[in-house]
Amino acid sequence: MGEIIRLNNIIKRFYVGQPNELEILHGISLSVQEGEFASIVGPSGSGKSTLMNLIGALDRPTEGTYFLDGIDVESAHDAELSDIRNLKIGFVFQTYNLIPKTTALSNVELPMLYAGVPKAERRKRAKELLEMVEMRDRAKHLPEELSGGQKQRVAIARAMANDPAIILADEPTGALDTKTGRLVMDLFHRLNEEQNKTIVLITHSPELASETDRIISIRDGNIVDDQYLKGGQSIDVEQWKKEGV
Amino acid sequence: MLLAENISLAIRALISNKMRAFLTMLGIIIGIAAVIAILTVGNSLNRSVSETMQSMGANDVFVAVAQRSDDDEEEKNTSNLWDGVRYGSFARASEMTDDDYITGDMIKAMYEQYSGDIYAINISHSVGSATLQNGKEESEISLMGVSVGYFVTNSVDIVEGAMFSDVDFSEERKSILISEDTAEDLFGDNLKDAIGKDLECDVSGKTVVATVCGVYKQNQGSGNSRMMMTSMFGGSTAYMPLRAAMNIDHSEDKYSYFQVSAKADSDPKALADKIRDFYKPYYRNNSDYRVSVITYESLLEMFYTLLGTITTAISIIAGIALLVGGIGVMNIMLVSVTERTREIGTRKALGAKNSSIRAQFIVEAMIICLIGGALGVVVGIGLGVFASNLLGYPARPSIPGIIIALLFSMSIGLFFGYFPANKAAKMNPIDALRYE
Repeated sequence: MGEIIRLNNIIKRFYVGQPNELEILHGISLSVQEGEFASIVGPSGSGKSTLMNLIGALDRPTEGTYFLDGIDVESAHDAELSDIRNLKIGFVFQTYNLIPKTTALSNVELPMLYAGVPKAERRKRAKELLEMVEMRDRAKHLPEELSGGQKQRVAIARAMANDPAIILADEPTGALDTKTGRLVMDLFHRLNEEQNKTIVLITHSPELASETDRIISIRDGNIVDDQYLKGGQSIDVEQWKKEGV
Repeated sequence: MLLAENISLAIRALISNKMRAFLTMLGIIIGIAAVIAILTVGNSLNRSVSETMQSMGANDVFVAVAQRSDDDEEEKNTSNLWDGVRYGSFARASEMTDDDYITGDMIKAMYEQYSGDIYAINISHSVGSATLQNGKEESEISLMGVSVGYFVTNSVDIVEGAMFSDVDFSEERKSILISEDTAEDLFGDNLKDAIGKDLECDVSGKTVVATVCGVYKQNQGSGNSRMMMTSMFGGSTAYMPLRAAMNIDHSEDKYSYFQVSAKADSDPKALADKIRDFYKPYYRNNSDYRVSVITYESLLEMFYTLLGTITTAISIIAGIALLVGGIGVMNIMLVSVTERTREIGTRKALGAKNSSIRAQFIVEAMIICLIGGALGVVVGIGLGVFASNLLGYPARPSIPGIIIALLFSMSIGLFFGYFPANKAAKMNPIDALRYE
């Protein structure tokens, strides 16, 4: 199993050089192996989102190095960052972020469109992906015509379009009820187990985090805990809540 | 591949916002419609004029009595625009006294002096509206007396019978050439029956007998203005030898205008100058009138100058409409970019490059303008055809004009769409994704 994510002493500052300069991440080092299902937890304001943006190649660190699947991300140009996001990362958002007025099928095709995949191949793969998330019969539906859970499944299919190195899921069940949230989590487990897909889940829910292989806790811009849960080991959720994670 | 996707995206975006799209297009539609309409009318006029010029040649010189005005320069040998305008103002003839007209003798004298340059002289005299009768059948016509030279500059096709003979002119016979329409009114389908028939001709309370010598068909090109005139009088024109026609209403041998055809090898401009100089002494002591001589060529020049002025004026208006329309497109694209901030963020997260986002919005702006331009072309052709018909000229939409208009409206989209598209392209994906 190779190393997919390698963060070395990442520092992120905002408003650099200005009076209101702000350091959000204070030197984070992290390694995620291929096939891991890791969760990043932390209260709001902990730097969780900033870390996610860096891992997702939406932003560059101020200091430190970041390798994603062997690619040096922090020195990449804008266009190269686009390619990294396109080919190496599959985003799943809390608010689904499907393109409005565009069918489920076209939404799934979109990352392949930007990757320059020929139309026929694009269509075939998009249909397979919708089949995988059990949304094949809704291929021609618009996002407005789908329920929250259905939208999120389409979004997951879209995240898988270019067979990325990691799936980066930011509160994927945050807008869903417990039952549909469960279905979405099951889908992630399936992708992880059946396709050995590396998944990074950002959540503030200890229950969801406890389902994953590894919990990385962030507080005030530092990793305060990094715990592997092996073979049915579970954490004391109540204890977590008391600590105010 | 991306282009096709962008086009279908843009069309979907427009369909989902039809009213807004239409209002945005309005400026473009008006601008392009104005351009196409003026191009269509201009093109029709141009072609009509050049066709007319082919049939009644560039060798024609018009001689008319014109009113003097203060700014007339006696010595000026060039014709100005006002000569052209006065040339058409026959209404003034009623205010003219006998001494102001050009007499037959004056025309004869001029012809004798410059016969080497002159191919034909065309004098016409409008008797007015008349009714022709063949038994019970009647037909309204407008009766016109014409000189031998008339048919040199106004070509007609004789479909039955024959043109006036020399004897018709010299003996001042009341021979008459009638149009196909008139002949059908009076004799039905068999036009041959008309030839040689004596018809009763009621004109201004008098009845004279006229003998049909031929049936003519108006030639294309030569007669647009005449067809308009006759349609105003209600009925087609019937021709009679000049003297015979003048005998009917006891007109004197005086004319307010006539037309001269220069010989093919002589210069109509030089001839015009000679004729102008020739008549100057006659009118030296006339404080109200003078003789204005203009060539067909200078008439055309005046026409083109006038057309050019109108075209420029409408083009400026159209340009302003297009500018305002373009700004409207830019405005609505900025709104659209703001509304779709999250979509832009999502697209960027999915791997869209800045250039893809920019292309998407530029294509959308161009599609708006292209559709607006196409609608403008349709409206413009409609207006142009309507205006052309009103003027009595066949409508001819300008194909290169249409293509240029469409390309131009697309370039408006490119120009005014670039700034909003660039704004979208340069969005920070994190902020865009977080945008509520």
